[in-house]
Amino acid sequence: MAIELPENVVVSKLDELASWCRKNSLWPMPFATACCGIELMATGASRHDLARFGAEVFRFSPRQCDLMIVAGRVVMKMLPVLQRIWQQMHEPKWCISMGACASTGGVFDTYSVVQGIDRFIPVDMYIPGCPPRPEQLIQGIIDLQDKIQREGTIGGAEFDVKARQQRKRPFVELPIVNASGLVLPR
Amino acid sequence: MTVRPEVTVALESRFRDIKVSEFRGRTRVVVEAAQLLDVMTSLRETHGFDLLVDVTCVDYLNYRDAANRFGLVYLLANATSAERLTVRAFVDDPDPTVASLVPLWEGANWMEREVWDMFGIQFEGHPDMRRILLPDEFTAHPLRKDYPLQGRGERHNFPVLARGEG
Ligand code: SF4
Repeated sequence: MAIELPENVVVSKLDELASWCRKNSLWPMPFATACCGIELMATGASRHDLARFGAEVFRFSPRQCDLMIVAGRVVMKMLPVLQRIWQQMHEPKWCISMGACASTGGVFDTYSVVQGIDRFIPVDMYIPGCPPRPEQLIQGIIDLQDKIQREGTIGGAEFDVKARQQRKRPFVELPIVNASGLVLPR
Repeated sequence: MTVRPEVTVALESRFRDIKVSEFRGRTRVVVEAAQLLDVMTSLRETHGFDLLVDVTCVDYLNYRDAANRFGLVYLLANATSAERLTVRAFVDDPDPTVASLVPLWEGANWMEREVWDMFGIQFEGHPDMRRILLPDEFTAHPLRKDYPLQGRGERHNFPVLARGEG
């Protein structure tokens, strides 16, 4: 049975249409806490021009954003703030962990630096580098757009993956050795 | 700039057990912790050291030949003559305590709070002895040498947010 379609009408799936709208107007929330934030600013500036990919509208209010870009190391005093801002953002929302520090703690394996934000909030895309170049961040955003187009549903069913965070490897801590070479309890 | 000799001579004659030394044009005096406030008052009122540049501390735990555990470092400057002076005082466990310099320099307030936060040195007479950098619920003093570099699990102590919550 063929359906007559008038001209200028395209048939698609609702999920795909919603994802197509969402992916092309990501509004980033710049959570820039360290040096990676400078690269993030460069990405938004004229030379690299994030506007070409529909993600140039940086907003400093979480209520107006749907893409959190965590650029830099997050310390234990900052993490409650990060979680609160993440919770204040409206669904559907995504998170990019930019740079070695945000993804793993980087070289800062110390008492105060959180060893990867993905231990405490969900992350969709990791960008390696210290710092990643703007091209890498743009590639990360393009990959995220692909992912939104591929997996996105209008009801947000793709976000229902609680198990994803529980697969993290356990922490590996260095032993504490005192001056005479004795290993101390923590 | 090196300190004028009459300053160190005056200090040495007025306070006993004061050690003056010089290294690459920088003068350093080591004072008894109990005398710190008097020495500082005299330096400020009589000798014109009107600026407290920094307050910090060193933990000499397991340090070769160290007699005391904590060494406080006070950097002073004379804004008129451009002299600079390092004052050191040593304190020990348990209960390292030294007089607060807030009565002399308002600016000592936050610097002493930082030393308390990181080393656990008590400043007697400080008007507002709270942590300044670390969260209030933190229990340790992390720049002490017996505190593990990776902490005691403070950095893992947060709720895990999953998708669809909040
Ligand atoms: S990954 Fe490198 S550039 Fe980025 S915040 Fe960490 S240290 Fe800075």
